[in-house]
Amino acid sequence: MGLEEYKGVYVFAQQVDNELSGIAFELLGKAKELAGDLNTDVTAVLIGSGVKGLADQLAEYGADKVIVVDDPELKEYRTEPYAHALSSVINEYKPEIVLVGATAIGRDLGPRVSARVATGLTADCTVLEIGDFPLNPIPGQEQKHNQLLMTRPAFGGNTIATIACPDNRPQMATVRPGVMQKREPVAGAKAEVIDYNPGFTPDHKYVEIVDIVKELSDTVDIMDAKILVSGGRGVGSPENFKILEDLAAAIGGTVSCSRAVVDSGWKPKELQVGQTGKTVRPNVYFAIGISGAIQHTAGMEESDIIVAINKDSNAPIFDVADYGIVGDLNKIVPKLTEELKKVVK
Amino acid sequence: MKIVVCVKQVPDTKGGVKFNPDGTLDRGAMLAIMNPDDKAGLEAALRLKDEYGAEVTVLTMGLPKAEEVLREAMAMGADKGILVTDRVLGGADTWATSTTLAGALRNLEYDLIITGRQAIDGDTAQVGPQISEHLDLPVISYAKDIKIEGDSVVVERQYDDRYHVLKAKMPCLVTALSELNEPRYMTPGGIFDAYDAEITVWGRKDLKDVDDANLGLNGSPTKIAKASDKVRKGAGEKVELDADESVAYIMGKLKEKHVI
Repeated sequence: MGLEEYKGVYVFAQQVDNELSGIAFELLGKAKELAGDLNTDVTAVLIGSGVKGLADQLAEYGADKVIVVDDPELKEYRTEPYAHALSSVINEYKPEIVLVGATAIGRDLGPRVSARVATGLTADCTVLEIGDFPLNPIPGQEQKHNQLLMTRPAFGGNTIATIACPDNRPQMATVRPGVMQKREPVAGAKAEVIDYNPGFTPDHKYVEIVDIVKELSDTVDIMDAKILVSGGRGVGSPENFKILEDLAAAIGGTVSCSRAVVDSGWKPKELQVGQTGKTVRPNVYFAIGISGAIQHTAGMEESDIIVAINKDSNAPIFDVADYGIVGDLNKIVPKLTEELKKVVK
Repeated sequence: MKIVVCVKQVPDTKGGVKFNPDGTLDRGAMLAIMNPDDKAGLEAALRLKDEYGAEVTVLTMGLPKAEEVLREAMAMGADKGILVTDRVLGGADTWATSTTLAGALRNLEYDLIITGRQAIDGDTAQVGPQISEHLDLPVISYAKDIKIEGDSVVVERQYDDRYHVLKAKMPCLVTALSELNEPRYMTPGGIFDAYDAEITVWGRKDLKDVDDANLGLNGSPTKIAKASDKVRKGAGEKVELDADESVAYIMGKLKEKHVI
């Protein structure tokens, strides 16, 4: 079958415990843009058990259609039944683009599905757009139009590559959470809901879930924070993070940290910003005592305003900061907190 | 028990990155190390060997110099090393890489295949799950603990806010997180033996049940349109003031930008 018969932009609408993950809405926002460029529509693929009620929410965030694969075997995420569900949807409906979140689930599901439907998969994309491949005409080579161009960082954030999948369909990408923008939800929007069940017969590839251990946490997800007060090794000690917590409290922000802080055991991994942590794009990012290795800046440089405080005037964090202050964080941060308390009520 | 660990020789990204004119990585021009997640996978295999007894084979695909990581693995305690190297395999994306490794694995006996979760050069985390698909095996990725129970593996599989304890019948494939363990050092005797050890070298013709259309640069569905050093946004202002002036400066900027 010809490549041009594959139509539509599909999104894997990840849910956990029957609650949609933020990445589902982010992917819908991007899918809507791509579908606009291609003059096609957006379909969310909702996989789980008892999940049909989530379809309206997907419609509000941009899905024109929702394909629901609902089966008791799909209650908890497991590679095989989910891979069977998504690859069956792809084989049945033949989308031209399939987007999956680069989450701990999507980075397992995506490769398994791409191998099953025999197409390419580009991992951890940060930019998706429609364009030509090759980018510029090359004599003797057909230039294909309306291709998905997938851009991703590689080599620890040192380089950027733009990748196409010109000869296989669907074009598949996993997309880094926190990078794409959700749309404003349209209250009352409805999508065409399609039930589809390819049948689930457990075989040797089904693994058994022996136990589920939730790691309860009372901290705010740093990816949702509007203001982040982020500390690095320069903060000096876990106790000294108190001055960052006071600043965060005064300005209505959340504390996050660099990898060095997590590696030292001062803060939990879920607060880590960077290539091996989370990608954040708050309105304001305070980088305090963070040198700014590329590993770190890869996860925060899209922030609207970056304020850096560091005693080393050569620290690379100043290369990405909008406002850099060379100085002693122990003197500046507490005074800043006091001043903020006077104006922020 | 027979365990095969897939390892990759990767450029140490701390040393800078160099490209070929076609946009693929010039691996020959960079310092090379054993990929950290793979090393954790190897360590996990060696611990299973210590505890239950196992034959550990390390498998890599790469340039001829990738045999260095096989020797390192053998110096740590692996029993055999296999290098898959051939010009026609170069420039492979994850699909073509996983096809190649699956073609090599079809020649081997295994109860358990361990790969690292992801390599520090590509960061894709795709090759392990794709190999499992080609070989029709169960996969458990993101393992932070691996145990053997009878004919099954029991693995703690990490998610964002939880972990699942999963049980899979062998043969199966597990991808390892570097958090899994602290890899052991090579022993002096091990280094000595590994230097003399025979490495098995396979080329294209040794791969089983693999179509040429799925190998190398030409067999890769994904194509590089453009690769470049990262363009970073320019530096903004930088000031060096005393503490009170610094605070006034920040307050002024926050007001100017309507943050406060």
